[in-house]
Amino acid sequence: MNHTFLQDALVYLGAAILFVPIAKRLGMGSVLGYLLAGITIGPFFLGFIGGPGKDIMHFAEFGVVMMLFLIGLELEPAHFWRMRHLILGSGAAQVGGTALLFLVLFILVGFNWQAALAIALALAMSSTAIVLQTLREKGLNRTESGKISFAILLFQDISVIPILAALPLLAITSVKAATSEQTTFFGGLPGWAQTIALLCAVGLVILSGRFVIVPFLRFIARIHLRELFTASALFIVMVAAYLMELVGLSPALGTFLAGVVLANSEYRHELESDIEPFKGILLGLFFISVGASINFGLILNRPLTIITLVCGIIAVKSVVLFLTGKLNRLTFDQNLLFTFGLAQVGEFAFVLFSFMHQLHLISGEWTDTLMGVTAISMTATPFLLLINERFILPRFGTPETTRKEADAIDLHHSVILAGFGPFGSTVGRFLRANGVEATILDNDSDRVDLLRKMGFKVFYGDATRVDILKAAGAEQAKILIAAVGSPEINHELVDKARQLFPHLEIMVRAENRFDAYEFMDIGIRDIYRETLDTSVRMGIDVLIKLGYRRYSAARAGQKFLKYDEAAMRQLAAHRHDQSAYIFTAREQIQIQERLLTNDREANPSLNDHAWDSDLFIKPYADDRSER
Amino acid sequence: MYKILILFAHPRFEKSRVNRALLNGIDQIPQVTLHDLYERYPDFNVDIEQEQELMTEHQIIIWQHPFYMYGAPALLKQWIDLVLEYGWAHGRGGDSLKGRIIFNALTTGGSREVYAADGYNRFTLREFLTPFDQTATFCKMLYLPPFAVQGTHLLTEAQLLHYAARYRTLLERLSQGDFSLESMRRFPFLNDWLDHGSGAPES
Repeated sequence: MNHTFLQDALVYLGAAILFVPIAKRLGMGSVLGYLLAGITIGPFFLGFIGGPGKDIMHFAEFGVVMMLFLIGLELEPAHFWRMRHLILGSGAAQVGGTALLFLVLFILVGFNWQAALAIALALAMSSTAIVLQTLREKGLNRTESGKISFAILLFQDISVIPILAALPLLAITSVKAATSEQTTFFGGLPGWAQTIALLCAVGLVILSGRFVIVPFLRFIARIHLRELFTASALFIVMVAAYLMELVGLSPALGTFLAGVVLANSEYRHELESDIEPFKGILLGLFFISVGASINFGLILNRPLTIITLVCGIIAVKSVVLFLTGKLNRLTFDQNLLFTFGLAQVGEFAFVLFSFMHQLHLISGEWTDTLMGVTAISMTATPFLLLINERFILPRFGTPETTRKEADAIDLHHSVILAGFGPFGSTVGRFLRANGVEATILDNDSDRVDLLRKMGFKVFYGDATRVDILKAAGAEQAKILIAAVGSPEINHELVDKARQLFPHLEIMVRAENRFDAYEFMDIGIRDIYRETLDTSVRMGIDVLIKLGYRRYSAARAGQKFLKYDEAAMRQLAAHRHDQSAYIFTAREQIQIQERLLTNDREANPSLNDHAWDSDLFIKPYADDRSER
Repeated sequence: MYKILILFAHPRFEKSRVNRALLNGIDQIPQVTLHDLYERYPDFNVDIEQEQELMTEHQIIIWQHPFYMYGAPALLKQWIDLVLEYGWAHGRGGDSLKGRIIFNALTTGGSREVYAADGYNRFTLREFLTPFDQTATFCKMLYLPPFAVQGTHLLTEAQLLHYAARYRTLLERLSQGDFSLESMRRFPFLNDWLDHGSGAPES
C-alpha cells in the first residue's frame, strides 16, 4: 500500500460520508450525493483526485462489475422466462427506436454510417446503476414503471454483448489498419477473428460456470469457513472480469454472464449476500468517479456543443422512452417517471466509446466529448427526477391531493396510513370495514388512482415529505400508521414524524425482529412484526392437524405470542452489550440461538396448568381422608 | 323419538378422563348430536345463527361440562350470553325454545356428600345450578335435575365405566321418549331416577 492509495481512499470515503447524508437530507437521493461529491473533489474544483479521472474510473468500474454480477444472479431462468415478452418487446423497441433516431441524426451531422451506428447504439444505453439505485431508494421498484425499467435495462445490459462483438466488424470497413496499441490479448487480430474470440470467451464463461464454479463452491462450502466463501465469491467475480478483459470484452459483461450461470445454483443467496456490501461501496465509488470525470474544461471550451448534445440526447431518448411506455400502457405518471428515469446515457457507453476509440471508429476529441456528455446526462438524472416529482407531476399528473369537498375539518380522518401495499391495505380495509376512514399516503400512482375511484381519501407522493404529511393532516391526526414496504423509507418516515409532529401516536410495521429492535431503540412502543402472527397462526394449525385440540392449540399460540414479545423486549435491552451496532448475519444467528435456548428453558406452554384437575387430586384426597 | 343436542364445553378435554369416558361412542346413538364448543370456537367467537339453528333442530338439550368453581367453563357462559337472545329465546316474540327440555350433565371433583349444608361446599349441587334453572325457565324451557359424576378424582375404572353406561342409558331412553317429566323431577339427580324411578313412560 503506497502513500497515495491511502490518501485517495481517505478523500473518496470522506467525500462520500460528507455529501451523501446531506443529499439524503435534502431529499435528493444518494446517487446525486455521490455525483456531487465526485464533482467537488474532482480535478476542476478541489483537485484532490486524478487528472482526467480515468484511472479512478478503472477502479470504480468494479462496482458496476459487481452490480451486474448481482443482477445476473437475480435472473433465474424461470423469472426471465416469465418476463420475456416485456424484456424482448420493450427492450427491442427502446434500443432499436433510439438507435435508429440517433443513426439518422449523426449521419445528418456528417459522420459515416459505421461511426454513426456505433455511437447510436452506445447512446441507446441507460444507466442500470443509477436507475436501480434510485428506484429502490424511492420504494418504486414494485410499481409498473419499475418493472418495465428493469426489463429494458436488462435487455440493454444483455445487448452490450453482441454490440461489443459487432464493433470490430464495423471497424474493418472503415479503418483497414490494425489498432496500434495492443491493449488486449486479441487486439492484433483482424476484426472477424476478434468477433469469434469474443464469442468463444462468452461460451467459456457459461460452460465453466456450470462445470467448474458450482463444484468449486460446493467444495468451499463444505469447509464451513464463511470468510473463505466470501473470498471465493469475490474470486469468481474477478476471474470472470479478468477473463473478459483479456479478450477485450467488458468485464461487467463477463460477471453478468457468470451471475446468470450461477442464478440456478444452490449458492445463489449466499453469493448475493456476500457480494452485496462490496457492490454498494464500489458503486458509490463509481458514481463519485463519474462526477470527477466530468471534463468542465471541455464544457467551458465548447459550451454550446455540449449543452446542445446533452439536451438533444436526453430529448431524443425521452421521446422514444415515452412512446415505449405508451406501448406498455403505462399511466401518465408512471410513464413520466419511467421516461425521466431512463433518459440518461449509461455506464456501458463509457466502455463502448473507449472501445470505439481503440478501433479508430471515432476521433479522440469526439470520444472525450461523448464521454463528458454521458457523465453529465447521468448527473442530470436525479435532477430530472426531482423536477418531475416536485413540479411536473403535481401539475399534470395524478394530483397529490383531491380537491376538498367542503371546508369543514373532517374529524373522520384521525388516522394516517402510510403505505397501501399488501400490509397497509389489510389494515386500511379492516379500519374501513369498522367505519374508520384513514387518510392514505402512497407513492404508486396506479394504486392511488384505483383507491380514489373506490372513494378512499388518498394523498399521492413520498410519505417522507413534510408538505405531504402536512397536507394529509398530520397536524390534526391522532395516529400515524407507518406501513411502508421498504424498511429504510419507513424508518425515515418515523424519524420525521416524531420530530415534526410529536403529538402523533406512531404505530409501525416492522419487517422482522431486527427491524423491530431498531424501532425500539428510538423509543417506539407499538411495533408490529409482519410475519409474527401469521407464522404463529400457521403453527397453531399444524398442531391441530397433528391432533391437538383446537382450543389448546389456540391457547398455546396466544401464550407463544405473548412470550415472544416479552423475549424480544428483553433481548433488545441486551443487544448493545455486544458493542456492534449494525446487525451482521452472524449476530442474527447468535440472537436466534439465544432465542431458541430460551424457548427450551421457558417453554411457554409447558406450565399451562389451567383446568388441570390432576394437580389437586393429592391435596384433595388428603383432605378427604382427614374427614 | 327425540333429537338430543349435547353442548359440550371442556377447555382441556384431552386431559379429562371422566368426560372422555362419558362421551365414548355417544355420538353413535342415533338422534344424538355432540357439539364440542371448545373445538368449534377456540377463539370464543360463537356463531349465533348456527347455534340457534342447531337448538331448533333438537328437542332435548344437554349442557355437558366440568363444574369449575361452582359454574360452567367460560365458553359455555359465553354461549349462553350470546345465543339465548332477546326476541328469540325470551322476551317479546322469543318463543323459539318453548317446551324444549334442558339439563346439565356435569362432573365434579368433590363427592356428593360435600355438596350439602353441612358439607364444606355448603350448598347442594342443585342450589349451585339455580342460574341455569332460571335461565331455562326464562327461555320457556323445561329444566330437569342434573346428571352428575361426582368425586371424579377418586373414581375407579369400574365406577367410571358404570357411570358411562348410565349416561348412555339415559340418552337412549330420552331419545326413545321412555321417560316421564314428573317422575324425573321427583329426584335430585337424574342418576337417581335411572336407579330407582325408572317407571313407565309418560303417556
